[in-house]
Amino acid sequence: MTTPTTATAQRPAATREAGIPFGRLLRTELRKLTDTRASRWLLIAIVAATPLVVAVMLFVAAPEDLTFNQFVDFTQTPQKILLPALAILAMTSEWSQRTGLVTFTLVPDRRRVLLAKFTAVLALGLLAITVAFAAAGIGNVLGAGLRHGDGSWTFGLAGFGEITLVQVIGLVEGMAFGMALLITAGAIIAYYVAPSLWSVLFTATASLQTIAPWFDLNKASGALYDQDITGKGWLQLLVAAAIWIAVPLAFGVWRVSRTEVKSS
Amino acid sequence: MAALPPAAIEVAGLSKSYGTHIAVDDVSFAVRPGSVTGFLGPNGAGKSTTLRMLVGLTRPSDGRSTVLGVPYQQLPNPGRRVGVLLDASAQHTGRTGREVLTLGAMLMGLPTTRVDEMVELVGLTPAEAGRRTGTYSLGMRQRLGIAHALLGRPQVLILDEPANGLDPAGIHWMRGLLREFADAGGAVLLSSHLLREIEVIADELVVIGRGRLVAQGSKHDLLSAAGTFVRAADDSELAAALHAAGIEFRPAGDGGYTSPADAETIARAATHAGVTLTELRPVDGGGLEELFLQLTAGDAREDVTA
Repeated sequence: MTTPTTATAQRPAATREAGIPFGRLLRTELRKLTDTRASRWLLIAIVAATPLVVAVMLFVAAPEDLTFNQFVDFTQTPQKILLPALAILAMTSEWSQRTGLVTFTLVPDRRRVLLAKFTAVLALGLLAITVAFAAAGIGNVLGAGLRHGDGSWTFGLAGFGEITLVQVIGLVEGMAFGMALLITAGAIIAYYVAPSLWSVLFTATASLQTIAPWFDLNKASGALYDQDITGKGWLQLLVAAAIWIAVPLAFGVWRVSRTEVKSS
Repeated sequence: MAALPPAAIEVAGLSKSYGTHIAVDDVSFAVRPGSVTGFLGPNGAGKSTTLRMLVGLTRPSDGRSTVLGVPYQQLPNPGRRVGVLLDASAQHTGRTGREVLTLGAMLMGLPTTRVDEMVELVGLTPAEAGRRTGTYSLGMRQRLGIAHALLGRPQVLILDEPANGLDPAGIHWMRGLLREFADAGGAVLLSSHLLREIEVIADELVVIGRGRLVAQGSKHDLLSAAGTFVRAADDSELAAALHAAGIEFRPAGDGGYTSPADAETIARAATHAGVTLTELRPVDGGGLEELFLQLTAGDAREDVTA
């Protein structure tokens, strides 16, 4: 009987085995983002939301509003909500589904796993953003053709970068929250609720209103959306991002590298 | 010592404390290639914590461990050397069994044909492999977990309670599988809180209770250390003879006595007193159980003295 179980003939020293190239780790992490029913539905929702929004706009928007700028504006909204959920789940599922037990046993360098997840999420996110821009473009052409829409393409080149940056901020912030909290429900609540409460605090308190953009990432990145960001605006964005992204990200990486991976 | 092959797993003074609670206390043992070592202890004895420290999932408070001569974390592609199954239920419930194996094979750099080989080896049908693990019974999860551990053709297997949820036929199957693995030169470390389970599978034993090592050695040695069973045509005459010779003994369940003394000492005492023995042999399987209960009585959560 042949035994496919082992290969225990003399083998070179264990440390001389070839390592796991980053590309392979990345492919595995990309696959993990798409190989369950839940993740597949989330991705379908992310990708399908854009043409859906475009279709609705084609029917209900006034012809003069059918510009590329408007299409981009509206198609970004569902992405801004859904993409961070993908980012959060990518980080927390290893813990909530306890698969970390296998993942971190196969790749003991946990920061390498995090880097692969980070790259995989950004790659999928950028793909979704590209789809959104393309759908907005198609919508604009259809709007002009079918409903005599305005069809204007006025949209600064910088706009692409700024809108993309807004989405990337959401993705990275989501991953940071996921790593820092390691519990799906907790991270989702923290991501979607905490910034809003924060905004309320800064908006409702008169003395805090002027400094709000320095501490409120939504406000700070709002300028990117409106495509009128100034030098001061960039600085505010940097400060707010440090608070909402850099701090939880650093804490999250530290936490994941040290936390005991247990089965229960 | 020099003649012995180098240990596949070496644990030296491993300790882990959580605040004031000491989960693992200065545990040392080694697992050699070609052997199946059972890691035995009651629930909560520190088995899983020790295994997690061994594969780098938990930081030890003290001590160190190596697998194939190096700390586990230094293995460049651990899956190709060490097959690990710590919790068969720790799988994404939304993934199919085949997908779980495919991800493992991909990461380790194995061809996907290996996935089908393993599915077949552990006795899952292709239809079962195509189902989501959330629908699996514990026994099927164990089989999947073992398939995953064997994917990379490892030299060492580390399995935490792998027989949990397997039916007797499944345990028999696993014994054959692990035996074959060890006979081919592999090293196996598997934990269990059930002596019966480990008794049929392992040839070396490491026993812990409340974080401490309480016994280790070959199953054979530990078994004979459990003593001798003796029965006579007239048990009361035998008792008198043993008592006169100063041999410790106590009644066994249904007639006869067990004694820590060896067979020869008992035979001499009986001959000397002219007692006719009808049975004289090492305490059988149950003796190991008795040993286990004794060794862990002070450490177990339940009172086992009854």
